[in-house]
Order: sequence, then structure tokens, then C-alpha cells
Amino acid sequence: MKKAGKTEEKIFKVLMIVSTYFIFAVLALIIYSIFEKGIRAMSWEMITQPPSGGYYYGKGGGILNAILGSLTLAIGSTVLAFLLGLPVALFINVFLIRWKKLVSFIRFLLDLIWGIPSIVYGAFGFTVMVFLGIQTSLLAGIITVTLFILPIMIRSMDEILRTVPIGLMEASYSLGSNKSETAFRIFTRQTVSGIVTALLLSFGRAIGDAASVLFTAGYTDNLPNSLMEPVATLPLSIFFQLSSPVPAVQDRAYASALVLTLIILVVSIFSRGVGRRYHKTKINF
Amino acid sequence: MLVSLLLVAALPFLLFTGLYLKSFLLIHDYHLSDLLFSKEWKPASGKFGFYPFIIGSIWVTLLAMVISAPICMLTAIYVTQYTKKTMLRILHPAIDILAGIPSVVYGLWGILVIVPFISKYLGPLFGVKTMGYSILAAALVLSIMIIPFILNIIIEIFKSIPIELKEASLSLGATQWETIKHVLFKKALPGIIAAHGFGLARAFGETMAVMMVVGNVVKLPHGVFDPGYTLPALIANNYGEMMSIPRYDAALMFAALILLVVSFFFNLIMHFFIARYNKY
Repeated sequence: MKKAGKTEEKIFKVLMIVSTYFIFAVLALIIYSIFEKGIRAMSWEMITQPPSGGYYYGKGGGILNAILGSLTLAIGSTVLAFLLGLPVALFINVFLIRWKKLVSFIRFLLDLIWGIPSIVYGAFGFTVMVFLGIQTSLLAGIITVTLFILPIMIRSMDEILRTVPIGLMEASYSLGSNKSETAFRIFTRQTVSGIVTALLLSFGRAIGDAASVLFTAGYTDNLPNSLMEPVATLPLSIFFQLSSPVPAVQDRAYASALVLTLIILVVSIFSRGVGRRYHKTKINF
Repeated sequence: MLVSLLLVAALPFLLFTGLYLKSFLLIHDYHLSDLLFSKEWKPASGKFGFYPFIIGSIWVTLLAMVISAPICMLTAIYVTQYTKKTMLRILHPAIDILAGIPSVVYGLWGILVIVPFISKYLGPLFGVKTMGYSILAAALVLSIMIIPFILNIIIEIFKSIPIELKEASLSLGATQWETIKHVLFKKALPGIIAAHGFGLARAFGETMAVMMVVGNVVKLPHGVFDPGYTLPALIANNYGEMMSIPRYDAALMFAALILLVVSFFFNLIMHFFIARYNKY
């Protein structure tokens, strides 16, 4: 019995090590294949010019329209979601802190909303647009993506805000500040790094998601110039170029994927660095 | 503050009502069981059977879970019980990056690596002729996508188990493996189930990556090497032409409604598992 247990442990330990390194290997393989394919097709023209006339048959031009479009869309919806989300997160943690049951119900609801697939948001956005008679546009894309990232934004800010010690709140009240002041002046300052991380996380989600913008933001070869015009996005640009039968255009999809991956990587590294940066404003207990 | 909170809280109801109203035309004219279990999908002649899509979705999702579940379990136990903290410190950024890679990039990677791998090596190995665009390809890509998601939750759960529990078991003479198997695993089980449930719900709704490698053929799949079609892929592929055929748009919105309801229920059930885990 004892011996069997030992062998079992050994077998499982080997399996554990294999699966752990398997995850690293897969990550390395993904990054490697994207870079290897992407760099070959990458050129200065790709990232500095919008598509020219015969771009989708392999002629000149680039994906500047998609890069700028994605950035505008992602920044727009991150800002909007932040403006909507921060009050909610503060409200839960400052005003409702006594109603524990209600707070946990709201968290539960937010988690449920988080789980809704992005294509459902896309489809919903589309029905609303048809109902109101709006064409695909940057604005519609921003609103849909905002709804999609809102639960992510609120829940990640909420997770940080709930770590604020109750003593800090009491200290603030005892100095005569009211609840709103406590929320917006004290709580936000204490959790700056966490809030920035939440922003970056949501930004990464917003820029990488294709299913929600497929119906709502449309696609165009022009650079984004108006809220009412359709806008190109990187994920869709990758998808469309990849579906092309022309090999040269497919290669460009790899380059576009490299651009998108790089943006995501930079955001991810940045959000790891932020935590250390803003330690100064934090009061330690 | 209250207004934004109410707005967020109303979101799921808005989503549900919007999609329901839009697909009402379809639900009204057909029997629900006909829609869900009919195999015929011919929008042009008014035949909307979602069965192939539902089955395709279930195949892809379950297969992805079967692949990723053991990997997540083994890795989580390894990094929380056997290795030093450094391993976890290296693994966390890796998980974050995997979680951050957009689904389109996963799809592209699937086309670049997984699809040729299946058509050139795995298919011939099992004596099957396949294009590579198949249920299996989608499941493989999907399993990689949900690994960071599930793994993160399981690691958190193993970390949150009080150390006293482990110490008590060890002091009674149990070996480390016995402790893991009989004490820690049992304690973490509701949480582990919940983690996989969340992963499953996520996998069920994944659109782009699956759509790019699954083959998009409206047919009941007979094996993992067959191409298939999933519900999210159905919506994403056909949005362009849905206004041209009567009731087509209602059908696609009905598909979105199915996704919404399924993901909602799955998350709901899993939250009860998490609540149970927190109770003990």
C-alpha cells in the first residue's frame, strides 16, 4: 500500500512537471510563430500607411487605418467604461459597505455579466442599432465595447477597493469629510495602482476583441475621422486579410497579428510595472 | 453613482429582452423543440434547425475541457504544493500573457500550427484523411485559450486553503501525496468544479478563434476529425447577409439568445459551488 502510494506520487509528479512546462512551451511556441511569421512580412509601409487601391490583391499600403481605429475604439471605450465604472465600484465599497448581503449580490451579478460572451454583446448592439436605424460606426462600436468591458473594469477596481482598510475610512470620517469625499479623494488615492491596472486590463480586452465590433464598428479603409463613420479594427483586419486567397495578403495578416500582439504585450508589461510605481501615494498600515 | 449602478445591474435584462424581442418572430412561428432539435438548416426555404450548431458547440467545448482540465489541475497542484514560490512568480506573467492574447491571434496561430499539424501528422496517424480544419483543431486552440482562465482560479483556491489543514494531516502521519489527494483535493473540490464550469462557459461562447479553425460546415460531426460549426461562429459568419433573407436575423438573434441563457445558467450554477467552497 505504502509502496503503491509512492509510485503513484512519482507518476503524478512527472505528469505535473510535464504539464507545467507544457504551458510555458505553448506560450513560447505561440509567441515564436507569431514573431517569426510576422517579422518577415513586416515593413515600415505596413504601419504608416492606410490601404491603397489594390491592397487586398497584394498591392501597396498598410494597416494604419486598423491600428488607429483599434486605438481610438479601445481608448474611447476604456475611458467611457472608467467614467461609468469607477462610481459603481466606489459606491459598492463606500456607501453600501454596511449592507454585506446586497454587496455580495451585486458582485455576483457582475460576475454573471462578465461571463456573457462578447458575440452576444455584438448581436445585441446590432439589434439596438437596427431598431434605432443607425449605421455601423465608431460610436456604436465604442458603446458596445464599453458594455462588454464594464463588468471587467468594475470587478477589478472593486477587488482593489475592498482591500482598503476600514480604519482609513473611519479616519477620514472623523476628520469631517463626507462619504463622497472619502470615496473620491481617499479611496481613489489609496488604490491608484490597482485602478490603473484595471484600466490597462480593460484596454487589453477592448483592443483584442473582434466579435463585439464585427457587427457594430464595421470596417473601412479610411482613417478614423468621425464618430459616425465606420472604423477599422486590428482583429478584424487580421481576420479579413487571412481569409484572402492571395498569399501576399495573408502574410500581411501575420504582420498585423504581430502588431496587435506587441500592443497587448506592452500593455501587459506596463500594468505589471505600474504596481511598483505608485506605491508612494499609498498609506501602509 | 446609483444611476450607473442601476445601468450595470439592468444590463443582463436589457440584453435578454432585446434579443428575445428580436427573435420573437422565430420563436412564435416555430416550436422551440423544432428549432433546437431539427437538423435542417436552410434559411432560404425557411428551415431553421439549430441542432448541428448546438452539437458542434458541445463537442468543441467538451473536448477542449477534457484537454485542459488535467493540465490545469496538475500544474496548479505542482506550483502550489511542490515548488518554491519562484515558480509561481514565473508562471503568473506567463498566464497573464496567455490570457491577454486576443482570440484572433489564437485563431491565426491555430491556422499556422494546429491545422497543418492535424492534417499532416495526427490525421494520418489515426488513418483519417482530414483537411485539418476540424472539431479537434478548434478544441485544441480553445483548450489553450481557457487554460490561463481556469488555472488562475484553481491556483487561488489552493492558495486559500488554510495551512493548518495541511499541517494537521501531515502530523497524523499522512505523506504529502496522501495529504494532497485526500485532504486538499477534497477541500478544494467545489472550487475546482466551479473553475472548470467558468472555463466551460467561456469556451462555449468563444467566437473568432473557433470560427477560424473549425471548418464551418453545417453537418453533424461523426468524429473529432470532422469539420463542424458552432453557435457563435454561425452568428459571426452570417451577419452580413442576415437582412436579405426573411427571419434570418431573428434566427441569428435566437442563437445569441441561446448563448446568453446557457452562459448565464452555467455561471449561476458555478457560483453556488464557489459559495459552498467559501462556507466550509
